[in-house]
Order: sequence, then structure tokens, then C-alpha cells
Amino acid sequence: MSSTDISINHDVHHAHDDHHHDQNFFEKYIFSQDHKVIAKQFLFTGIFWAIIGGFLSVLFRLQLGWPEATFTFLEPILGGWVENGKIDPEFYLAMVTMHGTIMVFFVLTAGLSGTFSNFLIPLQIGARDMASGFMNMLSYWIFFVASIVMFISLFIETGPAGGGWTIYPPLSALPQAISGSGMGMTLWLVSMALFIVSQLLGGVNYITTVINLRTKGMSMTKLPLTIWAFTLTAILGLLSFPVLFSAALLLIFDRSFGTSFYLSDIYIAGEALANTGGSPILFQHLFWFLGHPEVYIVILPTFGIVSEVITTNSRKPIFGYRAMIGSMLGISVLSFVVWAHHMFVTGMNPFLGSVFMFLTLIIAVPSAVKVFNWLATLWRGNIRFTTAMLYAIGFVSLFISGGLTGIILGNSALDIQLHDTYFVVAHFHLVMGAAAFFGMFCGVYHWFPKMFGRLMDEKLGAVHFWLTFIAVYLVFMPMHYIGIAGFPRRYYNWTGFEAFNMFTDLNTFISIAAIIGFGSQFIFLFNFIYSIFRGRRATENPWHSNTLEWTTPVLPGHGNWPGEIPAVYRWPYDYSKPGAEVDYIPQTVPFSETKSSNLPYERDLE
Amino acid sequence: MITFAIGLSIILLFVILFLLFRIGTLASIFRGSTKQAAGTTKTSNRINGTMMLLFLFVGGAAFAWSFIESWDEMNQPLASVHGEWTDSLFWTTMIIIGIVFVITQILLFIYSYKYQHKDDKRAYYYPHNNKLEVIWTMIPAVVMAILVFAGWKTWTNITSAAPEDAVVVEVMGKQFNWMVRYPGPDGKLGVAKHTLIDATNEFGVDFSDKNAQDDFMPREIHVPKGKPVLLKIRSRDVIHSVFMPHFRLKMDAVPGMPTKFWFVPTKTTAEMQNETGNPDFKYELACTEICGRGHFAMRFIVIVDEQEDYDKWLSEQKPFIEQNPGVMANFTAEPQKELVSAKKAEVPAQEVKTEL
Repeated sequence: MSSTDISINHDVHHAHDDHHHDQNFFEKYIFSQDHKVIAKQFLFTGIFWAIIGGFLSVLFRLQLGWPEATFTFLEPILGGWVENGKIDPEFYLAMVTMHGTIMVFFVLTAGLSGTFSNFLIPLQIGARDMASGFMNMLSYWIFFVASIVMFISLFIETGPAGGGWTIYPPLSALPQAISGSGMGMTLWLVSMALFIVSQLLGGVNYITTVINLRTKGMSMTKLPLTIWAFTLTAILGLLSFPVLFSAALLLIFDRSFGTSFYLSDIYIAGEALANTGGSPILFQHLFWFLGHPEVYIVILPTFGIVSEVITTNSRKPIFGYRAMIGSMLGISVLSFVVWAHHMFVTGMNPFLGSVFMFLTLIIAVPSAVKVFNWLATLWRGNIRFTTAMLYAIGFVSLFISGGLTGIILGNSALDIQLHDTYFVVAHFHLVMGAAAFFGMFCGVYHWFPKMFGRLMDEKLGAVHFWLTFIAVYLVFMPMHYIGIAGFPRRYYNWTGFEAFNMFTDLNTFISIAAIIGFGSQFIFLFNFIYSIFRGRRATENPWHSNTLEWTTPVLPGHGNWPGEIPAVYRWPYDYSKPGAEVDYIPQTVPFSETKSSNLPYERDLE
Repeated sequence: MITFAIGLSIILLFVILFLLFRIGTLASIFRGSTKQAAGTTKTSNRINGTMMLLFLFVGGAAFAWSFIESWDEMNQPLASVHGEWTDSLFWTTMIIIGIVFVITQILLFIYSYKYQHKDDKRAYYYPHNNKLEVIWTMIPAVVMAILVFAGWKTWTNITSAAPEDAVVVEVMGKQFNWMVRYPGPDGKLGVAKHTLIDATNEFGVDFSDKNAQDDFMPREIHVPKGKPVLLKIRSRDVIHSVFMPHFRLKMDAVPGMPTKFWFVPTKTTAEMQNETGNPDFKYELACTEICGRGHFAMRFIVIVDEQEDYDKWLSEQKPFIEQNPGVMANFTAEPQKELVSAKKAEVPAQEVKTEL
């Protein structure tokens, strides 16, 4: 710790004297240890992956929307994977797998937490930088290597991993079973192992920073909800990712060294394998022990971001600050004891099913509290429809729609029919896919001025929001109907089944909506890139917000604040306080300066 | 030429869009709306506020219409006893979450519209209300408790041990089709081992086992109406999942770990053909666990018969060894010892199944 402090003081001097000449290009932009640059690196990489992941979804939606069509025009992109205009069924599975892996891990974990935890933690708690800038840099560059490995796997001859993003063995363990389980799966595992290392380095850093580097006066109960969310996310990641690591390690052993952790009694490709005594169910337990906290790793940061944006733009304090923290704590703890609700019909002991149903449905309570509190925050507000606010409202809507069906899927008796159908696809895409994306957009639009010193265009932002919002609902609402009918996931084609072949029109409709939704993201992309260079110049605090990051210069330099770090006197949500001159009082304003608006118990603090 | 024209028009389109965007930006600078804080201008409020309401009403109407429109298609014909329990529980839960869905979405969009920014207004400082928070924590908690109880009862009934007299059918998944085996007149399935599998003996049945002598492997599943049917499910390569949508039945087929599911079919195939008005109606069995290239094509037919038809069908089935006398050649010379060890291996698995 002491060495870190010294280097921070060192930076302060430089920031103060405006000397940046000792940093060359590489130190400043590539191997930077500045949390803001690292955040932007995560953001750019995340956006890159989101485009790839989204593009893959458009490709397989083409197949699902027009199962009888020929796609010769895809040959220039997909090459040998399109034969006589037909997409290869194994490549279809590989696309589904990669879409899931990319979106869940590379975009909504690294891209989301990586960007906003890095950017906001030091700025909102009043720190010069992360506890360890070097580890932070390592975290990004290991993620970068993981990205490269995963990206390469898209182009190898046997195709990328194709066993679903959950990579259940034996399918993922046996190259005889599917060609994606050859080299593609090896690269997947290597990439994910690196990814986990990156996550752990990042997570340790976030937690340490929040615990140790808060500025004077910034007690835990004065922290913005974003910081609470990021901290809990990091704790979840720290506890659950190592389990995925061990699961992946055992899978590597089974694949390459002839062990039988997950394999038993298998006859495949004309021969009986010697493996015996293993259990594929073991892998599922290990995988979902990460996999379920993982969905909260994806959604918790957006809880924080959305709370912050809603309260700022409603010009009202967040309703039930402590309840919000309490519900996030509750969700975090519960997220570790619900994993087997993904496994109700795997042949697991039904008694376990009952226990996990009980625990799963409990988690609906803190989630409901959060929604009610957001609604109460909007009530009698003075709402500014900034693009970020639109996305926050959209987030709440999607979170409700997707979250409610979780009550059905968490019920083991109902899960029998719905497991692995499009009902599940609709549920998790709404609640953790689209909702988390909305949270991410919300954050990008809101903190863009602090990142780049310029504003994104609000009109384009609104157009982007409405197109995306409508497209998301058009894609995922009809999926519920298909799912109730039992239409299974990961089907290349359903026309062979009488039970499922009546939804041709609906599938085409979904595909068209998906393509429109994907297309509208280019509006964002244009707005984003254009605004970095040509956007309107921002002021220090364009949204009239209370939190600390808005007390920094328009473009905070290395060390964030020129001069001393401001001290904090109050909670971050004093919006529209009766008796105050303006409708916001930043955290740095002492109570002695706001005598007209202080509440009775605050008078002692004057 | 056409490609060129399309390319050119797309570029032109982008140029026009870009110009519109620039004009819009300049106009807003000219009007001075850029001087106001973002989200406080009249146009922004009016447009986004109206869109909120429009989205609520048009979106809500479209949702209601499409839901009603798809109602018949999304409700698969139902043909099992436990399916009635789960269907009614499903729609009860749907009504409950539907009510919450409607209320919260209406509040969300109405509040967004109603409390949009006004220059002369101040938001109401309302940081918390403990009573309110306790109430809206308790209500979901109580509702969840009820749902958990209902779900738990249904689940326990469904997963209870199968009746003794259940018709036993073994379903085995493999890449990429299903295979079924009936125990024959003795009611007992013979021992099977993956090492015994070959091109003819695809189940790997040990035909030196007496119980295996009368086992038969039909091309379709036949089950009698109104009788409990116990599916003994296994896989010989990767994980598959037995899914019969009309019976509301799903259970994974896991290599190395036999699973099971029992149900009571309530309508024969013929009755269902009448009810749906589709003379070609067939009960289907699909795979719902990703298993490779042919995952989407693992279709198998299930036929529910009246008891007499079922008995007739049973009597027509010939044991596997009668149809394929060649397979016995592998077993005659087999030492008795191996059979014993194979039997031993099978016994604990059976125990596990009954415990389930």
C-alpha cells in the first residue's frame, strides 16, 4: 500500500504542474496504468465484441427466419460454412455458442464491469487511481490476449466451439461428437482461462480500491449506488470465477489427458471409450456455480448505473437508498445458492429441485423491491429525458418483463415443459441480455462527457433508443409464445416437427425485428465515434449531478483532481431538497453552506 | 451494374442522413436550445413523453392482440395427467405475473410521461418511507411463498416413485436418433453395457442375461391410454434430452447416469386426431439438449393406444434375438463371470433410480 501512495503523490505533483511530457505514447494510451484509459480500452474492446456477437445473431436469425432459403450471398463471409446456399448445421451451433460466449463474458462482463468499474470507482469515491494501476493494466491486457485467442478460434478450419456457451461435456469433451470440440474448444478453454485471470486481477483491484481509497468523509453509506453495485459484482466474480476455472481445468484433463471427471460409459464413433466413473452432472454443478452468479455479475453493475441515472434525471433522491443496498446484498448472497435451477430436468435428485425452487423464488423479493423503488423515484419527479434517462426507463421496463418470467422458470414443476425452449431464451435475453445492454448504453450516454470531454448527440440518441427499445420487444415478446408451445433452443431447423412447424411467420417476423435492431446500433456507433471528435464540448457537470466525478475538470487528467481531492460531507442524492437554491447539492458541499435546506438531524453537522 | 446502383444509393442515403443530422444540430444551436441543460427542452420533452405514452398503449395493444392471436398455437394439445397440473399452475402463475406486469409497466410509462420536466416545477424530496417499503417487501414474499408451495406439491407428485404396474419403456439417446427397448413378457429389461455395443446390438444388451431374451426394440413407442408409463432414460454418447411436448414431459438422457420419468397418457392418438381435427396428428419426441449436428432432427413417434390395441401390438412384437439371431454368437462363448460383474454394476444404478 505504501508504495502505491507514494506513486500517487508523485502523480499529484505532475497533475498539478501540468507536466505530462514524461509519458510517451505507449505509456499514455497503450500500456497505460490510468484507470480512465483502461476503462476506455475495455469499452472499445467491448463494443468491438458486441458488433461481432450481434452480427452472429443476425446470421443465425437468417437461418431461423427463412429455414428454406438459400444463402449464397453469405459465401463471401462464411466461405466453406455455406454449402449450396445452406449454412452448415454445426456452424450454426458454433455461431449460437460464440454469440452466447461473446455476449455474456466479453461484452456484458468485461465490457460492462471493465468499463464502468474502472472509470467510476476512483472518480466517485475520490481516489487518484486504482489501488494498483499495474494490476489494472495487466487485467486489460490479459483480457486482450483472451480476446485474440477467442477471435482466432472463429477462423480455424474445424470451426469455433459449438457445444453451446455452457459447454456441457461429453459433447464439449469429445471431438468425435462435434467438430467444434476439437481445436475450437481448446482455444475456447484457453481464452476463458485467461479471461478468468483478467477478471480476478480486476476484481481484487476494485474491491481493494473501494475499501481503502475513499476520500475524507466518504463513508460506506455515502457511497453512490454504482459503487455498491460494482463492489458486490467484483466480490461475486472473485468467489465464482475460480470455480469455472476448476471446471475448465478438469475438462482440459478429460479432453487431453484421458481422465474421467465428466465421462462415463460412452460409445461414440464406432468405439466404446475406456472412461468410466465420471459424471457430466458434476460439470453442470461446477459450471452453474459460476454461471448463476455470472448473470448477476452482468446485471448488478447496471442496477447501480440505472439507479444513478434515474435519480439524477428525475431530480429526486433515490427512493429507499438503504433498501437498495440491502436488496443488492440479498441478491448477491442468494445468487450463490440458486444455481441448480438450471438443472431441474438433468436427473438431479428431485429433492434438490424443491430446495432450489424455494431459494430461487426468494430472489424475486429483493428484485421486486428494486423495481418498486425505481418507480417510486420517478413518482413526482421532474424528469429530464436525456438519452441516458430513456435507457434507464427502458431498462426498468425490460427488467420487469424479463424478470417476471423468471418466477415461472424458477418453479421446477413448470420448468419441465419450458426448460431449453424459447421461453428461456426470451426470459434471459430480456432480463440479462437486453436489460444489461440498456444499462450499458445508459452508462455510456451518461458518462461520455466525462470520458471524452464532449457530449453525444441527444437527438440521435433518442432515435437510437426508440428503435432499439421497440426492436427488442418485437424480438423477444413473440419468443414467449413459441416457447410456451415448447419450441426447443439451438434448433437449426424445426420444419421436421409437426409440433413446432406452425411458427414460420412468427420466426420470420422475429428475424426482421432482430435485423432492424442490429441495424439501429450503427446509429449509436456513428454518434459515438463522431462525438468523440466533433461532439459538442461538455461542461464539468452537464447533468447537474451530485456525485464526485462531476467535480473534476471537463477532461480529468492523470490523478483526476488538480490539487487536493475534495472531501465529502453528504450522501449523493440531495436532489430537489426543499429550501435549497438549486435542485441539486453536490456531495462536496458542507452542511454549513446549506443552512436553508438542512433537515433537523443535519443541523448538528453544520 | 445493379450492385453498383444499390451501393451508390446506399451511400447517397447515408450522405442525406448525415446532412439532416448536421442541419438538425445547427438548427438547435441557432434556436439556443443547446444552452439549456440536456433533457429540459420543450421538444425533447414533448416527443419523448408522447413516445412513452404511445409505446405503452400501442405496444400494450399489440401485445394483447398478438397474444390472443397466437393463443391456439402456443397451447400444445395436452395428453397427460400431470400436464393438467402443470398447465393450470402455469396459467395461474401467468395471471399473477401478468397483473404485476401490467401495473408496473403502466406506472413506469405514465410516471415518465406525467412527471416530465417543467421549468417552474421542483421534484418532491421523498427519500424513503419505511412503512411502504415493508409493505412492498412483504407482498411479493407472501405471493412467492404461495407459488413455492404450489410448485413444490406439483413437483413432488410428478417426481414421486412410479407405480409398480407401470409400463416400462427404455429410451436411449444417441447421435442422432432415439432408440427404445421394451422388456417383453417378463417385464424385466436385460442388462446392457456400452462395451457390448456394435452395429446390430446398438443398445449393448447382454443377451446372455435371461431377462434380455425377450426384449424387443420397436421403431415407435406404443403406450396404453390411462396406464402409468415409466420411461427409463439413458444415453450412450453425449447428453440428450427426452422432450414430449404434448405430455409436458422432459428429462435429460445422460451417459453413465440413467434417469427416469413417469406419466399417464390421457388421450389416444386417434382421439387426439379427432380433437385437433388433424388426421395426421402424431405425438412427437424431440431432443432438447444440444448434442451436435443432428440435434434438430431427433424426431421419434409416440403412439397412444387403447388397451386392447396396445395388447394386440405387444403380441405382434418379436424379441430382438429372434429377429437378429446372429447377435447370440457373441455371447455363447462368454464366460459366466463377466455376466455377474455386469449385473453387479447394474444393481446400484437401479437403486439410485428407485430413490429418485
